[in-house]
Amino acid sequence: MQRATLNRMTPYAFMAPAAIVMVIALLYPLLYMVWGSFRDWNPAQTIGETEFVGFKNYVTLFYDPAFRESLSVTLRFAVIVVGVEMVIGVGLALLLDRNIRGMSVLRTLFILPMMIAPVVVGLMWRYMYHPTVGTFNRFLKSIGLEGVDWLGQNALMSVIIADIWQWTPFIFILALAALQSLPRSALEAARIDGATPWQQIWHIKIPLMMPVLIVTCLLRLIDAFKVLEVILVMTEGGPGLSTEILALRISRTATEFRELGVAAAMSNYLLMLLLILTALMFAYTKIQEAREARLRTAAEEDL
Amino acid sequence: MAKSDYDRQNPAFYALLAVLIFMSVGPIALMFINSFKLDVDIISGTSGLLFLPTIQNYETALCDILPYELDHLDFCSLKFGGAFINSLIIALISTILTLVIGCMAAYALVRFRFMGRDAASLTTLMVRMVPPAVLLVPVFGLWNNEFCIDKATLVGGFIRDTFGGRGDVCLAGTHSGIILIYIAMNLPFVIWILQSFIVQVPYSLEEAARVDGATPFQVFFKVVLPLIKPGLAAAAIFTFRIAWNEYLLASALSDRNTKTVPILIVNNMSEFNVEWGVIMATGMLLAIPPIIFTLLASRQIITGMTAGAVKG
Repeated sequence: MQRATLNRMTPYAFMAPAAIVMVIALLYPLLYMVWGSFRDWNPAQTIGETEFVGFKNYVTLFYDPAFRESLSVTLRFAVIVVGVEMVIGVGLALLLDRNIRGMSVLRTLFILPMMIAPVVVGLMWRYMYHPTVGTFNRFLKSIGLEGVDWLGQNALMSVIIADIWQWTPFIFILALAALQSLPRSALEAARIDGATPWQQIWHIKIPLMMPVLIVTCLLRLIDAFKVLEVILVMTEGGPGLSTEILALRISRTATEFRELGVAAAMSNYLLMLLLILTALMFAYTKIQEAREARLRTAAEEDL
Repeated sequence: MAKSDYDRQNPAFYALLAVLIFMSVGPIALMFINSFKLDVDIISGTSGLLFLPTIQNYETALCDILPYELDHLDFCSLKFGGAFINSLIIALISTILTLVIGCMAAYALVRFRFMGRDAASLTTLMVRMVPPAVLLVPVFGLWNNEFCIDKATLVGGFIRDTFGGRGDVCLAGTHSGIILIYIAMNLPFVIWILQSFIVQVPYSLEEAARVDGATPFQVFFKVVLPLIKPGLAAAAIFTFRIAWNEYLLASALSDRNTKTVPILIVNNMSEFNVEWGVIMATGMLLAIPPIIFTLLASRQIITGMTAGAVKG
């Protein structure tokens, strides 16, 4: 009897520490934020002293041109970055999916950029983009071209390039893993039937990799909304609002403008956006699983 | 296929590889080289490798923990050494705790059927996407105002004496405050990665141990844990990387004594006159631990990265 109770309690004992930490430091803060977003709140007040203002913060934000600009910068940044990274990453994976010496060394070197701190990535690129001492402008001038105003007029593009440098390897590695786990039989059959390399890529490899690619793309998209430090170090959101992505605007609203309520409302907008993406990813994997199960039962019935 | 059976490739292919390697490692190498240059050399543009390497930048950065006095510096303004130690403490403790708590939870989610399992697993999946910026406001408010222990009570005094922090003993400004949020932030990810490793442990092994009279905890620590070591390594590196590199929440929560390295770098960057040499040296010091991990355990990192996405 006692043994049975003990066994029944086991999973809860295993879950308890994680559950406690996550409730205290993740779920409660999120609820606290939702609560705070309906209040007029500055950092000097505790939340009990603040005034309830209903949806005022949300409405103000909705009509705030700076917030809209920031939202559009964020969306542009995320879409361009993920799009370019998917194309380059998958392209490289298709190109490098060969049996060559030193592949593991290559992969190790490729993942270096995403392991080092975003802050460091930001400072590296800020140096390279520097108008006078920076590597790029020095190179351009040494071959007789005009220097480019990287972090001035072309700030968003420069930030995008830095992010592509850092995160393309992520897509490359996942796409390569997907390629190498493809069923050999399908590729073999295509080769015997005389498919050209292009046909193999378009009609066999890409469709078979699709499930992994979609999950990768969504994962990367979610991460693209989290980027903050690289941009903070490189441009501090400027010039003007040209690179002020939402995460940066939240942190500035909270610390510089000292409007925690508005910052909380903004966080909620961002959270809703990410929630939709996560739900999409979740729904997609569920559909995929269901489809596979159906195919499997169909195959078994055929036997 | 035998190891020596490599396909022969065309030279253009190797040229492409060289370009790719140059592109991915080049910026890091550039920073490494520049960290050994004096500011004069960096600005005057004596490009390439023609310069006299100096460790002066590193000395300036670490001036507060060096045992000897520096000639070129009359005042040690950059307290980098202390920040480095803070970063180490925070990253190491939060990594260890996250791993222990996370693998227990992952094990429960994989192996047991219990009430609330689906809810727990769904919550874990959902909170994985919460960005640090979203946590900034609530964490700032809670850690400063609510997660406090009154100064007068015994526990408050004890915590203040042990962990440091401000007089009113709130979580903000202490190492433990930052560690707590890092654990919470990393837990969903760690649970998610470890689940995919625990599923692969054959259930018959656990059953055999149980028949021999092992309690669930013994089964977990003596049978399951040793078998998922690669997964633990991958999870440890990812957690360490986030805790070591994180800037935003640390900057909101730390005080003068608990600053971490990223905060110091950002603060120095935003000053008007950037001392490139010293900044590069601090950047390099921050980048070195993750680089070492990557070189040592790239296989585990790649397995960890692909574990979730490729298997769906």
